[in-house]
Amino acid sequence: MSQLIEAVIKDKKSWGDYFFVTFQAPELAALAAPGQFVMVKVSPKGPPLLRRPFSLASADREEGTIAIFFQRVGLGTNLLSRYSPGEKISLIGPLGRGFSFEDLAFPGELLLIGGGRGIAPLYYLAQKLKERGLKVIIFYGGKTQSDLPLREALAKKKLADKLILATEDGSLGFKGLITDVLEQEVLSPLAKKAFVCGPEAMMKKVAELLRRWNLPGEFSLEAFMGCGFGVCWGCVRWIKRGQEYQLVRICQEGPVFSREDIKWSEEE
Amino acid sequence: MVDLSVDLGFIRLSNPIFTASGTCGYGLEMIPFLELKKLGGVVVKGLYFEPRQGNPPPRLVETTAGLLNAIGLPGIGVEAFAREVLPQLHQQQATVIVNVCGNTDDEYERVVRYLDDHPGIAFYELNISCPNVKEGGQCPALDARATFRIVSRVKKATQRPIMTKLSPNVTDITIIARAAEEAGSDALSLVNTFLGLAVDVETGQPKLANVWGGLSGPAIKPLALRMVYQVVQTVKVPVVGIGGIVTGYDALEFLAVGAKAVEVGTANFVNPRVTLQIIDELQNFCQKKQLSRIEDYIGSFRPRREKQKT
Repeated sequence: MSQLIEAVIKDKKSWGDYFFVTFQAPELAALAAPGQFVMVKVSPKGPPLLRRPFSLASADREEGTIAIFFQRVGLGTNLLSRYSPGEKISLIGPLGRGFSFEDLAFPGELLLIGGGRGIAPLYYLAQKLKERGLKVIIFYGGKTQSDLPLREALAKKKLADKLILATEDGSLGFKGLITDVLEQEVLSPLAKKAFVCGPEAMMKKVAELLRRWNLPGEFSLEAFMGCGFGVCWGCVRWIKRGQEYQLVRICQEGPVFSREDIKWSEEE
Repeated sequence: MVDLSVDLGFIRLSNPIFTASGTCGYGLEMIPFLELKKLGGVVVKGLYFEPRQGNPPPRLVETTAGLLNAIGLPGIGVEAFAREVLPQLHQQQATVIVNVCGNTDDEYERVVRYLDDHPGIAFYELNISCPNVKEGGQCPALDARATFRIVSRVKKATQRPIMTKLSPNVTDITIIARAAEEAGSDALSLVNTFLGLAVDVETGQPKLANVWGGLSGPAIKPLALRMVYQVVQTVKVPVVGIGGIVTGYDALEFLAVGAKAVEVGTANFVNPRVTLQIIDELQNFCQKKQLSRIEDYIGSFRPRREKQKT
């Protein structure tokens, strides 16, 4: 059950246009799971009028904290980036259905594939997978070096058994798209499942590769949302339900969907 | 304790605050945030007879102090509503108002006939004004004759009171209001959303898949308030005000001009508890003004007399 709370900002880290903000929110931390999100009121009185959705990038039950990781791209994220520790902000969460990983067991490798700010829910997922002693391979790509700010934390916290970085300009890791790397990397026969979040074009390409490799995958989809808790029906996408595609709410039935259920193009 | 109850003639409600159709789902989605029984009424999402997918995405664009939508009334249809939702709303002791839709006169009638057999609905809100479901934004509420025809037909088909929801996208809303009243509508609610457009200047494409949509939110409040005032002056049946209400003071403006109750819409998306806050604010306002009943405040608006022009 989600809640509407006022949370105090506990910590804020930034790297250029990327921010990692931690909130004291024990009510949310107690319920949160990887892949879920929160709706944040970035200005108390607006504008913007509506809340903005952010994937959870972490949740710590003992500390009573949750965190989001975002890129400053528009009005909402710009305002959000200006908050300082100690300030209060209104949150609704945790919302949506997250990744399913409860049934996964060793041995086997799990591929976490994130593009840019799409690393956020995977950063949280990796923590949970490592707690379970699972083997995690993280693919983390961006346009340039500065788009991969969580690489150090991923390494420091040992959240990946193998961390593969890619930048389009070659400033760090492989030169090219993360999907190129994925194609070139020899897929281990132990690979079991992929978890993906990033730009639409990237996710579509990854979905194709997974289909070719006959590998299950879960994708965290992004959408503009009116409410985030299922009442406005604004964030829909064509998703397979039974034998047919239906317009399904990303906020309520998602944001995480299985690869084979997502309609990636008009032809499907 | 202030008496916030209001009388719509055919029903007395515990307070004048409803959630507006399309902004609280089927009501059940709001349960994590509020007790439905504390609301004057819960107007559930518009129901057609059959389930519907609604419009393709993108369906929403945020505008300055507003929200432009072209959702297109997706829904589960009356059977699933009566079977799965209504008993749960009943359990929550919610005052349920069902927003009734139809593609044809016949469908409106089928919806109310079907729902009349199910207990737990206080009255119907007749949605003749959704701008997103017909080509070119055409809907019955744009035409007095079509309004009269549909309201008369539904009125004959149901045992329950009906409240007709009007569109603001007309030159003179009082003409439509009078048509609905003459056709037997027991109350009127207004306004639905204002037709609007948003353009992506990079691509030259509309921001909504449906090209245009309906504007809601604080941006429309003064427009809606003017229309509510005009309609209150025109008809005898109770009027329920809708349009951009976020605070208790917004609600009071509508009550002042004579609305017997109000519906809160877009604000629910931002704060799903906003209706309860508005109810508290009404309580506080009445205490401050030493009003024992909110009904003593309704219709208190007194326009200043125009000064004689020389």
